[in-house]
Amino acid sequence: MNWNKKKNLTLILLNTLGNNIINLTSLMGSLVIFVSHALTRSVMPPFFIKEYGKQIVVIGWASLPVVGLTAFFTGGALALQIYSGGSRLNAESAVPSIVAIGFLRELGPVLCGLMVAGRVSSAIAAELATMRVTEQIDALVTLATDPIKYLVAPRIIITTLFLPILTGVGNIIGIYGGYLVSTEKLGFNPSMYIESTFKYIEMGDITSSLIKATIFGLLISTMGCFFGFRASKGALGVGRATTNAVVSASILILASNYLLTELMFKS
Amino acid sequence: MTDQSDKKIAIETIDLLKRFDNEIVINKLNLRIPFGTSMGIMGPSGTGKSVLLKCILGLTEYEGDIFYEGTLLEKKNRGIFYKNFGMLFQGSALFDSLTVWQNIAFKLINSAKKISNSEAKEIAIHLLRDVGLDENVCKLMPSELSGGMQKRVALARALADKPSLLFFDEPTTGLDPLTSSSINELISTIVKRDNITSLIISHDPSSIIAICDEVIFIEDGKIGWRGKASKMKFSNHQLLKKYLGSLQV
Repeated sequence: MNWNKKKNLTLILLNTLGNNIINLTSLMGSLVIFVSHALTRSVMPPFFIKEYGKQIVVIGWASLPVVGLTAFFTGGALALQIYSGGSRLNAESAVPSIVAIGFLRELGPVLCGLMVAGRVSSAIAAELATMRVTEQIDALVTLATDPIKYLVAPRIIITTLFLPILTGVGNIIGIYGGYLVSTEKLGFNPSMYIESTFKYIEMGDITSSLIKATIFGLLISTMGCFFGFRASKGALGVGRATTNAVVSASILILASNYLLTELMFKS
Repeated sequence: MTDQSDKKIAIETIDLLKRFDNEIVINKLNLRIPFGTSMGIMGPSGTGKSVLLKCILGLTEYEGDIFYEGTLLEKKNRGIFYKNFGMLFQGSALFDSLTVWQNIAFKLINSAKKISNSEAKEIAIHLLRDVGLDENVCKLMPSELSGGMQKRVALARALADKPSLLFFDEPTTGLDPLTSSSINELISTIVKRDNITSLIISHDPSSIIAICDEVIFIEDGKIGWRGKASKMKFSNHQLLKKYLGSLQV
């Protein structure tokens, strides 16, 4: 390869890298503007109360079975795994506290976040993207209604407020799943199990769980709304928006979970 | 603001320019729509008809000026424009999650007027009758309606707040000739009865002839021909003749 070819290749690589950085920066800028618009407009009248009510049912209530089932089976599996691993170290008695702490600090918010991302983020993205490509969002504008205020703000606010509640419920069900497996299958004494569960739980475990869930809720709804709202090009655009929303929400949940854990439990 | 015939101008664009990347779609277009006029916009696909509509509606960025009743339209004052405005979209654009009457009464329920639901429903039923539909339709979802019925409901929604300005984007696309003809007749009757200023974008010359007083033929983002709808067929404009010929008008 001569010098000119090497130079051209380097220029192409730099050009591609530069373009990608510009696109990513532009995307992040648009995202920040989008969320700030939605949040600021959500506190300004008129308030679309009915839309908020509808989202409570769609996002909050309808996600309960998915979250509950996921938490229940994961709690059971976690108890079995800890018992099996703990028996190698003669630490079977740690099952109740590890299930509880593990669920509160990590599994509860992350699993709940991922399940809701799969269910809600995709649904929001698909709905808004369909509305975009069928001109329903343009129709809202022509009907003197701000689509960010009417469509985006309720979804972001409700998901952000309800994910901690769902996570709280998921935590309880998950711990109960561990309790059920431990007492019915592993031979733990029920009252001893409950006592050990609560003995090692600290307030910080609960608050960290709820803080994580709140942030995950914001991420899930923002990704769904952002990609749905920007969709174009018909059915292909709807599919792309849905995929982008779920993938980005899932990755952001896992990445931010690490950062939050680092921040909250470093000591 | 008035035109040569001293008619007040509802909408005026001055040097309107729209480009996508480096491609100019609308090229310094100057357009005046006097009050009470039904203006038709025709032209081959890709000449910027729908983009022109989006520019006037403020749904896309553009260069140049757009005036509504003499007021320069900007982002902050678009509200005054939408207040007196109704639009019939190409695909009807009815809200899937709302019933027919909720769609029609959307602007009334969500405006500052604070109209009660029962009052809004009554108005919606009245409008349904006005567009030739039975009141039983009011409880149905948009997906349960035929294409022609959806257009009628969308027209009723556009009329709900008694607009002085109505835009139609391809009002008869996807409809059979009989339904198209009845929709054209309905639009024409309502526009004339209520003296509404209207802008109709259509590929269908029969729609334009049935509804419009004046026609603009767009060619390469500019006005290629302008005249009375009735005189369109006799125009010497080459592309317009070719266009109408290809449609066997």
